[in-house]
Amino acid sequence: MTQHQGNTLSWEIRDGALELALHHPPANEIGLAMLTELEMFIRALAVAESRCGAVIIHSRQPSGFSAGADLRELYVKALPLTPARRTAGVREFLERIHAVLNALDASPLTTIAAVHGVVFGGGFELALACDLIVADKMARFCFPELRLGLVPGFGGIPRLKRDVGNAIVRDLLLTGRSINAAKALGTGLVSQVASEGEALRLARAAAAQIAKFDRTTSAAAKRFLKPIPREELRQEIDVFCDLFVRPTVMEGLRKFFESTDAHPYLP
Amino acid sequence: MKTLEQTTEEILALAALHFKVPREQLSPADDFYRTLKIDSLQALELLTRLEHHFGIELPDYEVQGVADFRTLATRIQARL
Repeated sequence: MTQHQGNTLSWEIRDGALELALHHPPANEIGLAMLTELEMFIRALAVAESRCGAVIIHSRQPSGFSAGADLRELYVKALPLTPARRTAGVREFLERIHAVLNALDASPLTTIAAVHGVVFGGGFELALACDLIVADKMARFCFPELRLGLVPGFGGIPRLKRDVGNAIVRDLLLTGRSINAAKALGTGLVSQVASEGEALRLARAAAAQIAKFDRTTSAAAKRFLKPIPREELRQEIDVFCDLFVRPTVMEGLRKFFESTDAHPYLP
Repeated sequence: MKTLEQTTEEILALAALHFKVPREQLSPADDFYRTLKIDSLQALELLTRLEHHFGIELPDYEVQGVADFRTLATRIQARL
């Protein structure tokens, strides 16, 4: 499992780092197919821990790192179900993606998200589960969930609160606006900004530096510095499911599904 | 302080350069989605390039519904 070529993502060990590449067109939407392969990756991560010093997650899609949850798939799967069954299905999906992101968050390896283009919603939440974010100068970060009558559901709020000040959390969440990499650097959200097309190279340079350190020490430092807000993560699932049951959410998803708007990704 | 005309001209020049459209084919009243043949994600790219060029933040909601270069220039001008 040190190498995998999947339908939505692939991974390999390269220069002592486990590299996960997302490649699910058009914009690495996270639906059941990608979730299943992310679960496989987490199992591979546990196996690779003794052979690697770092993990790098990046995207091969030109559009960006990830546009987030696959809302079209969510709508199509939810449509024929009763509200109670819709909520049960969403809760099951959220429990699974939380298990993936919690495992990534807690990995003893140092994890780096090398991001470009859209880093929206669930894609943003995947990046936030990593220890470091290296951003291409053209990257944009956004939580557009309120547009649909929802809150981020993949652990975004607790992890963003852990990393940056509450004011920028409120700004991103309550306005749904996107910010560029320079702004994200200024808030402390990202650790480095790369020239266009250079984020992966910078992430690899950071991984090479990290690999020089004693693994036990790095893992202990990470555990000390980066507590996982498990209770808030549980609460977030409950808040999401409470909101999801309302008709306004299915109406928002329907509009997204049927939209020919030129701004489907914009709040 | 730039004039609105200067800001508009810089937007047109930047759009022409990055989306490989001859500058002379662009005018302030053009619908930039149609003229540049860009989709929503490329519009985000344009927004980011404009933020970098002018050294400003331009929240998405201020440009939502804006499609012509002249109106875009007024939104940017308000933040210079």
